[in-house]
Amino acid sequence: MNAHDEEQTRQLLKQALPPVERNAEPERDLWPAVLRRLDADAVRRQPISFSVPWFDWALLGGLAVFVASFPATIPVFLYYL
Amino acid sequence: MPDGSSSVPGSLMHRFRQGDLDAFEALFREHQRPVYGWILRIVRNTAAADDLTVETFWRIHRAHERFQPEYPFGPWARRIATRAALDWLRAQRPEVELTAEMARTLPSAPTGNPGIAAEIRCKTALAFSRLPPSLRAAAVLAVVEEQPHKEVAAALGITVGAVKLRVFRALRLLRKDLERQGIKP
Repeated sequence: MNAHDEEQTRQLLKQALPPVERNAEPERDLWPAVLRRLDADAVRRQPISFSVPWFDWALLGGLAVFVASFPATIPVFLYYL
Repeated sequence: MPDGSSSVPGSLMHRFRQGDLDAFEALFREHQRPVYGWILRIVRNTAAADDLTVETFWRIHRAHERFQPEYPFGPWARRIATRAALDWLRAQRPEVELTAEMARTLPSAPTGNPGIAAEIRCKTALAFSRLPPSLRAAAVLAVVEEQPHKEVAAALGITVGAVKLRVFRALRLLRKDLERQGIKP
């Protein structure tokens, strides 16, 4: 492709694709969308935490005390697990 | 080139680097329009430019610790915006990019037969959309938007020589595609 061909192709491309206005700006404020994106990212990055109700801990503690007091019941518990 | 005024501790750039959301919003308000305009020049789709502007500023916030306050914010944001726009171009199918909106905004033909000229412009735009995204970005910025090669090179992260080479390759491929369609530029 010589310089003449290149110039012709340039002109054709310029005719086909109009240049964007110098003062082009978004039609809406994009800041809320940026904040939503940041919030979604922050939620995604948070470590997953498992919370166990106090009642479950009490039940587990009671069971441990019971098993420690009566070791002979361990096979019975294992049987029903 | 380092910018001395923004390297002062406590400046907007420093606060942004430390993750200050107010500083980030101030930078967003200041640079939203040029970043949007730059993206629109590359992708030529207003809806995509909106989304990519949000994506760009999200990437900017994510990379705030890597920002060097002694350097200007604008060119750094432009580089990130260019990468986001190129990612978008790579994800698109060429055939769907010539939208009705784009066809409407084509300039009026200078020839006597507007029907034929419009068809040639549409075929040219479609042929251009089939070019590799990296060539398209260089050609549209340098040829259509007439941006300085130095700025295009900085945004694409390549040398000025590489920009000129990409533009030349883009024009050559475009010409070949048009010749295959029976159009002699």
